[in-house]
Amino acid sequence: MTHAFRLFWFSWLFNMKNLTTSGFFILNATISPVFFATIAHYMFESGSRPGSLLFASLGAGMMGIWSSVLFGSGGLIQWQRWQGTLEYVIGVPPRLFQVVLPMTIATASIGLYSIASTLLWGWAIFDLPLDFAHPVWFVVALVAAIVSLGLLGLVMSSTFVLMRNANSLSNLLEYPIWLVTGLLISLSLLPGWTRPISYILAPTWGIKGLRDAAMGGNPGPAVAACLVLGLVYLVIGHFTLGYFEVRARRSATLALR
Amino acid sequence: MNGVRIFFIGGYLAYRALFNWIHWTMYVPTMLGGPIFQILFFAYVGRYAGLQSDEFFLVGNAVAICSLGGIFGMAMTIGGERWTQTLSSILVTPANRLALFLGRALPNIANGVIVSAVGFTVGYVLLDVSLPASAIPGIALIVVVASFSCTAFGTLIGAFGLRGRDIFFFANLMIFVFLLFCGVNVPVDALPTWMQDIGKVLPLTHGIEAAREVADGASLGDVSDLVLTEAGIGFFYAALAYSLLRLFEVDGRRRASFETM
Repeated sequence: MTHAFRLFWFSWLFNMKNLTTSGFFILNATISPVFFATIAHYMFESGSRPGSLLFASLGAGMMGIWSSVLFGSGGLIQWQRWQGTLEYVIGVPPRLFQVVLPMTIATASIGLYSIASTLLWGWAIFDLPLDFAHPVWFVVALVAAIVSLGLLGLVMSSTFVLMRNANSLSNLLEYPIWLVTGLLISLSLLPGWTRPISYILAPTWGIKGLRDAAMGGNPGPAVAACLVLGLVYLVIGHFTLGYFEVRARRSATLALR
Repeated sequence: MNGVRIFFIGGYLAYRALFNWIHWTMYVPTMLGGPIFQILFFAYVGRYAGLQSDEFFLVGNAVAICSLGGIFGMAMTIGGERWTQTLSSILVTPANRLALFLGRALPNIANGVIVSAVGFTVGYVLLDVSLPASAIPGIALIVVVASFSCTAFGTLIGAFGLRGRDIFFFANLMIFVFLLFCGVNVPVDALPTWMQDIGKVLPLTHGIEAAREVADGASLGDVSDLVLTEAGIGFFYAALAYSLLRLFEVDGRRRASFETM
């Protein structure tokens, strides 16, 4: 147990540091959310929704978390391949699942920068008051959102790798997930057929939990939904990662694609 | 004659060589799918905000996405030569530099127009927009001009690739700057004055404004000032980029730093 925790902690910490030194991830996790929050703020102010700064800040922050997970976890195994470290990741005694999981959680965790940057931006530039309705719940909702998105990243890391151009899939999936999970809009605006898609994606519940905690509401159900979805992602990710490993070992294509 | 050959054949070959990884499975999701969802995303945020019509967001974003090819394409064109260690081989030749670099820009301008055209078409089908057929030629011309000015700006970023290491960071950053400052999704007059001032010297701002006026029924003659300003901004960045490319080339020769990553 101690060994597993130690493995998780150091793998998470290493990947956090690794991602933090990447200009691309810093851009996605801190700078781009501020741009999107500013755009949303001016759109809401110019339109019929003034006073939606907190709504926009939290939404843009969650957009940053999704981008980090999408590019960080979606390309995780491919990057290990390019760096020549995939053989070591698979060859070490712990199971691949135990090594990859903290890495995908780390890609979601640097999304903390996103939430922090958009809230600080709102507070510093636009005098956004940071007096949340349920501050403790806000922390709980944030942790639940990050864990569930990290677990979704686990599924993505093990499925995207089966596609030849996983990067292009990441490029494609940024805006549609922002849209369908209602990060800057109300889900009721979208066609009804998109609702099941929204409900099975963690960002939908992650942002709902954060908004309920910050702006008033009951964040409990959204946090619970994050945790349930996280468990489902965990089970799926466990099997898909195992499938990838067995397939790559059998066909001797670990470093090839 | 040799300059013309370098412009067309050289530009074509460079594009084929540097973008050989562009398979349709990469091109469609990245250059077409992503931008289409950008249009839809902002149209829905606009609906939620109660700001403007779908047409406002379709025109703004469909013109703006022509910058993807221009900015990233040119950054990759120059950065790619450096990455593949072919920059020295190119710069050691006596080839006309203007033909050399402009030839590399032409396919990226064309790519920007294609991306924008697909964005307009799909957005028109999916959103609540009614564009008069008479507006299409005018908007098409504006997109060509906007794609040129964005590619010129991309060449400027690419020029810094002769010196800097991570120009893709700036290329990515500029896409976000364009989204915010150029009136893509927020009416320019709703932005603070200092942001409007910055927007006025960036590519896209005047092109988007012109395209919106044409979509609303104005003739090309009515917006000629805006189109000429957009073109002028493009020529300014092209001249600046060319000057910097020559400057960094001379400096790179002196310091033997072409291949230094």
